[in-house]
Amino acid sequence: MTFSLFIQSLINGLNQGAIYALIALGYTMVYGIIRMINFAHGDFIMIGSYTLFYTIPLMINAGMPPWLSVFLAIVICAGTGVVVEVVAYKPVRKAGAMSALITALAMSLFLENLAMVLFGAKPRNIQKIFDLPSVSVFGTSLPLNVVLTIGIGIFMMAALQLFIKRSRMGKAMRAVPQDRDASILAGINVNKVITVTFAIGSGLAAVAALMYCAKYPRVTNDMGSMMGLKAFIAAVLGGIGVIPGAMLGGILVGLIEIFVKLFAPGWYEAITYAILIIILLVKPSGILGKNAGEKV
Amino acid sequence: MLKVNNLAVSYGAIKAIHGVSLEVYDGEVVSLIGANGAGKTTILRTISGLKKADDGEIFFNGTDLRKMEPSKIITLKLAHVPEGRHIFPQMTVEENLEMGAFTDKKDLEANMEEVFDRFSRLKERRRQLAGTLSGGEQQMLAVGRALMAKPSMILMDEPSMGLSPLLVKEIFSIIKEVNRKGITVLLVEQNAKMALSISSRAYVMETGKITISGDAGELLRDDRVKKAYLGQ
Repeated sequence: MTFSLFIQSLINGLNQGAIYALIALGYTMVYGIIRMINFAHGDFIMIGSYTLFYTIPLMINAGMPPWLSVFLAIVICAGTGVVVEVVAYKPVRKAGAMSALITALAMSLFLENLAMVLFGAKPRNIQKIFDLPSVSVFGTSLPLNVVLTIGIGIFMMAALQLFIKRSRMGKAMRAVPQDRDASILAGINVNKVITVTFAIGSGLAAVAALMYCAKYPRVTNDMGSMMGLKAFIAAVLGGIGVIPGAMLGGILVGLIEIFVKLFAPGWYEAITYAILIIILLVKPSGILGKNAGEKV
Repeated sequence: MLKVNNLAVSYGAIKAIHGVSLEVYDGEVVSLIGANGAGKTTILRTISGLKKADDGEIFFNGTDLRKMEPSKIITLKLAHVPEGRHIFPQMTVEENLEMGAFTDKKDLEANMEEVFDRFSRLKERRRQLAGTLSGGEQQMLAVGRALMAKPSMILMDEPSMGLSPLLVKEIFSIIKEVNRKGITVLLVEQNAKMALSISSRAYVMETGKITISGDAGELLRDDRVKKAYLGQ
């Protein structure tokens, strides 16, 4: 492998990984707080992407940069996330893990089919989001929009970490999974914290949609299922429920995928997952996961 | 200050509390003693809204607690130190104390210094994760966290559980001190002798009912109490 190919793959892997990481965060945050796998989470990429598809032309007509649409996508995704939680998940929260899981799977199918009815089954092409040139560094051509995308991902993750560490709501979000009773006694409204968690997770998916569409400008109603599955695997790999784990897991899955693709294009998914299975065999709770059993 | 009337609580089909009434007046230390499984913890959890009551009344300074959102109860300045400490293990000592002041950030720094003055061990470990503290330190932290809310009353559930005799003494002297500062205490304990020795009044529970109640000093001399709970 030449040096320049290595650098390009590294950049591509980080780009892919940052997208997975932002989605994985949504899985892990929700799991951390209510011990539920939100299988509909991947579909928020789709919701975000359709929002971009419909609003980018409006931005361009108004003479504004197309990426500003991401703020609308964040609002729509976060809003939908909250509605899904309140309408579908909250009522089954006490009915057990299996009911919650089935509800989430049903929600995923519902969202994908609703999108097909509303927007059609035909793939839609999104206009260019970032129009940046490539620069040459040490003889390696680096597309700046990919570098920018990685930067957005890193910024979002840093902002989330800061929010979780320092803000009042962030502290409440950490406290509730550690001890729900003690959180209530301290005056934390657990339902509100769960709702905010869904809003943030879904909002991050909207940013992931922007990053994804900047690279692959094609929107379909089922685009979220494969992305969601990989991001879910990334969350498990990093240690589900652990926020830095989702970031690490996402980046790793992206890097492994791109590098395996380089050597065995037809086999890349099989080999990627084989590697992930091996990692999980060695450390079943995930790379940063805690080995201790669930505390009651 | 706290008035519980005819309280009934159940877990599924099993009735845990049937018709318990008790009252705690301003400035008192009142203990609730009884064997394991008598329902003492359930009463405290129901007062705090962690468990729903089937029937009865719970009034705190005239406010109907059964009608309150559980997370709002702390804003009435009624704190609860739960059984088994329930500190936040993945947060630092300082963050745990901060969570105690979640609903009232006023004078946060000064209150924390006050807690640190009382519990110097916590001050030494202020940046340490609470899960790494010893059992005694965790109990101090749980009490300190409750004090951060500047409560007028604290419900304390088995504060001496799992502690060495020396630490048990320490924790009871802390309860006395807290009370001297004007905080009313409802204390649930299995260590009946220690509990009675610092209380003004006490209630004895047996399988979901209050069987004996009265002046703590009198209960210490009561033959039934002596036999069943003081091992004499």
